[in-house]
Amino acid sequence: MSGLERYGVMAIFDSPESLRAAIRAVSDAGCRNVEAYTPFAVEELDESLPFPRSRLPCVMLIAGAAAMLGMLALQYYSAVVDYPVHVGGRPLASWPAFLPAAFEVGLLAAAVAGVIGMFVGNGLPRLHHPVFDVEAFARVSQDRFALLVRDRRPVDEIAACLVGCGAESIIEVHP
Amino acid sequence: MTGFALALLFTGLFVAGIVHLLSTGIGIWGNNIPVAWAFDIANYVWWIAIGMAGTFISAALHLARQPWRAPLNRYAETMTVFAVSISGLFPIFHLGRPWFFYWLAPYPNRMDLWPQWRSSLLWDFFAIVAYLIVSLLYWYVGLLPDMATLRDRASRRWQQVFYGLLAMGWRGEVRHWQRHETLSLLLAGLAVPLVFSVHSMVALDFSEGLLPGWHSALFPPFFVAGALFSGFAMVLVLIIPLRRWYRLDAYIRLIHLDHLAKMMLAAGLVIDYSYAMELFDDWYGQDPYAIAGAMAKFHGPYAWVYWITMACNVVAIQPLWFERVRNTPWALWAVGILVLLGMWFERFLLIVNSLFHDFLPSSAGLFYPTLWDLVFLFGSIGLFFLLLMTFVRVLPLLSMVELRKLAHRLTRRSA
Repeated sequence: MSGLERYGVMAIFDSPESLRAAIRAVSDAGCRNVEAYTPFAVEELDESLPFPRSRLPCVMLIAGAAAMLGMLALQYYSAVVDYPVHVGGRPLASWPAFLPAAFEVGLLAAAVAGVIGMFVGNGLPRLHHPVFDVEAFARVSQDRFALLVRDRRPVDEIAACLVGCGAESIIEVHP
Repeated sequence: MTGFALALLFTGLFVAGIVHLLSTGIGIWGNNIPVAWAFDIANYVWWIAIGMAGTFISAALHLARQPWRAPLNRYAETMTVFAVSISGLFPIFHLGRPWFFYWLAPYPNRMDLWPQWRSSLLWDFFAIVAYLIVSLLYWYVGLLPDMATLRDRASRRWQQVFYGLLAMGWRGEVRHWQRHETLSLLLAGLAVPLVFSVHSMVALDFSEGLLPGWHSALFPPFFVAGALFSGFAMVLVLIIPLRRWYRLDAYIRLIHLDHLAKMMLAAGLVIDYSYAMELFDDWYGQDPYAIAGAMAKFHGPYAWVYWITMACNVVAIQPLWFERVRNTPWALWAVGILVLLGMWFERFLLIVNSLFHDFLPSSAGLFYPTLWDLVFLFGSIGLFFLLLMTFVRVLPLLSMVELRKLAHRLTRRSA
C-alpha cells in the first residue's frame, strides 16, 4: 500500500448475480460501508442494500399541493380583492374557473420538485468523484457491475473475500 | 443528406415567415373577420395533438407495466418534446403583437393588470407551459443514465465534455437508481393526467365559445382521442423509415408496429364515434343554427374538407382490422400519413366551418389561405424534421438503459 489515504476498494463483476453474492459475502465479513454501481436499475439489489424509504413522493406531494393552493389563492386575490370586475352580478370567487390553471401549476410544481429532489438527494450534479479515477469503472455505465467497499481493513483481507465471488479485477480507489 | 437539406430549406422558409410576420403583422395570412382563426390555430391543435402520444406511450405503458415499450419510449418522447415546442409557437404568432405573449402570465406589472382567469385561452397557456416543461423533464430524466454511457464511451475530448455535462456526474449508484426509478414512476403518474388535461384545455378553447359546432360538452374527450389518434399515426410514420434506415428491426419489431396500429385503430374508432355523436347532438338539440352548421359540413363551401376527413379518419383506418395489414410496414406507413392528413383537415374544418357563418348573415365570409399560411404549415414540418434528424445524430434513439433492463429481465426469465 502506498502512503496515500484510501477511499475504498473496488471490485468489478460481469453480472448482477455475482455482485449480489459479493455484497452478501462482504457484509457477512462485517463490512458495513458498501456501495454498488450498476449500468441499470437492478431490482434484486434493493433487498441486499437496504436504504431508508425515499422522501421523494412526499416532497412532490407537498410541492404540488402547495403550488395548487397558492395558485388558487393568487386567483382569489386577483379576482376578488385586487381587481374585482362585476359582470352582471356573477360571483367574483368563481372557483370552478380557477381550477384548470391551479391544476396545471400543481402538476408542474410536483414534477419540478421531484426532479430537483432526485438531483439533490443523489448529490448531483457533481463534477468529479473518486470512482471516476478507476479506468475499469467506465464499463460500469455499460455492462459491468462494481462494488465499492469503504473499510479500514487491509486490502488483502477484503480482496480475498471478493475474489471468491468472481471479481474480474480489484482496484484500490484513492480520494 | 437530401432529407436534411430539405428540412433545412423548409426551416429557413419558416424563419423567413416568422420575420415577415413580426415585421408586418398577421395580415400576411388569409385570416380575417369572420374567420379570425384558420391555418394558424389548426396547425397549433395538430402539432400539440401529435405531442400527446409520446408521453402517453411512455408514461401510460410504464404505469401499465408493459415492458415491450422499452424500444419505443425514447423517440416517442422526443417526438413529443419537439411537437409541443413547435405547437406552442403558433398561439404566440397569432397574438397580433407576439412580443407581448408574457402578458398571459400573472406577474407584477406597472399596468396593474391581471390575466383573465376565467378564459380557456389562459388555461391553455398554463397547460402548454406545464406540459412542455414536464415532458422535457421526463425526457431528460430518462436520458440521464444514457448520457453517462455516452460520456464513458466518448473518445474525443469535446464529446466527453458535452455528454459529461449533460450526464451531471451520474455514476449509477444503487441508491441513485432507486431514487431515479421512484421519480420515473411518479413522473409517469403525473404525465398521464397531464396529457388528458392539456388536450381537454385545447378543446375548451373551442367549447367555451358559443358558436354552433364549437359549444359542445363532447369536445374534451373527443379531442383527447383525436390527439392520441394522430400521435400514434406520427409515431408510426416516423418509426417505419427509421427502423429501416438504422436497421433497428431487431429492436422495433413487427409486434411493436402491430401494437401501435391497434392503439391507433382504437383511438380512431373513438373519433369515428365522436363524429357520429356530433351529428346526433345537432339533430337531437334541434337548434336551427347547429343543424345549419352540420348541413354545411355535407354540402357547404368546405364540404370537400369534410369528405377528405371522413375518407382519411373513418375509411382509411378500417384495413387495420386485418393482421396482415398491421404486419406490413409500408401499408401502416400509408395509413399513418392519411391519418395525419385527415386530422389536419379535421382541425381546419372544425375552425373554419364554425366561423365562416354563425348566427347573423352579416358575419359570413369565406377563408382563402395565402402563400404565407402554407409557409407556416410546411415550414413547421421542416423544423420538426430538422430537430428530429439532429436528435438522431446526437442522442440515442433507443433508450439503452431500458433495453439493458429488458434484456436482463428476459435472460432471468429464460434462466
